[in-house]
Amino acid sequence: MKIGEKVQWNELLTGGVIEDPGNSIDYKTGSWRIERPIWNKEACINCMFCWVYCPDSSIKVDKDGNMAGINYDFCKGCGICVKECPKPGALAMVLEADIEKKGMDVVFKETFGGK
Amino acid sequence: MAFLNDLAKRGERFAPGHRLCPGCGQSIIVRALLNITDYEIVIANATGCLEVCSGLFPYTSWCVPWIHSAFENAASTIAGAEAMYRVWKRKGRTDKDIKFVALASDGGTYDIGLQALSGAMERWHDFLYLCIDNQAYENTGVQRSSASPFGANTTTTPVGKVKRGKEQRRKDIMSIVEGHHIPYAAQASLHNWRDLMNKIKRALDTKGPTYINVLQPCCTGWGFPPDMTVEVARIAVETCAWPIYEVVDGKVKINYKPKKKLPVEEWFKMQRRFAHMLKPENKDLLGRAQELVDEHWEWLLKREAAGL
Repeated sequence: MKIGEKVQWNELLTGGVIEDPGNSIDYKTGSWRIERPIWNKEACINCMFCWVYCPDSSIKVDKDGNMAGINYDFCKGCGICVKECPKPGALAMVLEADIEKKGMDVVFKETFGGK
Repeated sequence: MAFLNDLAKRGERFAPGHRLCPGCGQSIIVRALLNITDYEIVIANATGCLEVCSGLFPYTSWCVPWIHSAFENAASTIAGAEAMYRVWKRKGRTDKDIKFVALASDGGTYDIGLQALSGAMERWHDFLYLCIDNQAYENTGVQRSSASPFGANTTTTPVGKVKRGKEQRRKDIMSIVEGHHIPYAAQASLHNWRDLMNKIKRALDTKGPTYINVLQPCCTGWGFPPDMTVEVARIAVETCAWPIYEVVDGKVKINYKPKKKLPVEEWFKMQRRFAHMLKPENKDLLGRAQELVDEHWEWLLKREAAGL
């Protein structure tokens, strides 16, 4: 079934069956965010606590099962990953408004210092 | 932490894009369930936060077969699916190893779904009933349920000039479930992912009905910042307000004993729903709440020591 188009009742499947598993990825919840977690690759120890606690499956994983960034399409900015991160300086919460105003590079430098 | 890295690279079976509140722990629990096991899983989901947020027509977050049932009959729905699977297996129509899971919140378990749960367990269907306990009807606007603890401020037990929150104690669902003499029942908390995943794995591997009760702190209903979800669950266990234990063949095993048991006040002061309990004029309420927690904890310790 095509989402977003007008669908007639007789085009729906019996019992309201959805044929397309996991199609909620078409609905981006990232727009809910007020604060954003940012990730410092240099400090990360790949413990994956952020991944196990992320309610929105928004921690990207590479082929070795290591942390590969944050999916801002879906991250709602709850901050659990930052709170549960055991390594200081690996994850931090910053305001979306600050990123808009100053740019990502400046905010990153301000938060983690150095490079 | 090679364990988590191995799990992480296998891919997700619960898609993002669901509409649960930021900081909601329900999807943490669901992801633990779907990530820890390789089994093919069929889920029946009772009405509740999880159902309305993950299955908003025409979207679904589920990459496993998922049936939405009414509030009261998640256990009956999954019992029916499991019975059909058994017949198919006998007739040779399938040779897959499929596990059946019923998901419900505390409203759909403690109150509305209790008879369906009891019936399915008594009929000895091979399924796991996973209760995501957020201690109120959070989905419809934080009404009290029989899972709400003593003193909780909800919209149907509001704190005012006369009343001071919920007057009754929490229902002990674990004892009710245990009364069916099922092979495995456990209580877990989402902050301890290792314990939670072990319990889910063990429950799925056990033949017969199994039950797991997981604490799910609700930032919206309980009143705390969304990033504190895991921390609130942790303190609940540290204060013994939410003991994590399992009952295997009728014998209690406590999985975590805090080194220093914190006063229940520590848990209360994190949450808006207990704010009135900390006022000096409500000292008696706080005392009573501590009494109830201690009573339950000591009863568990005694049972474990006696091998019951």
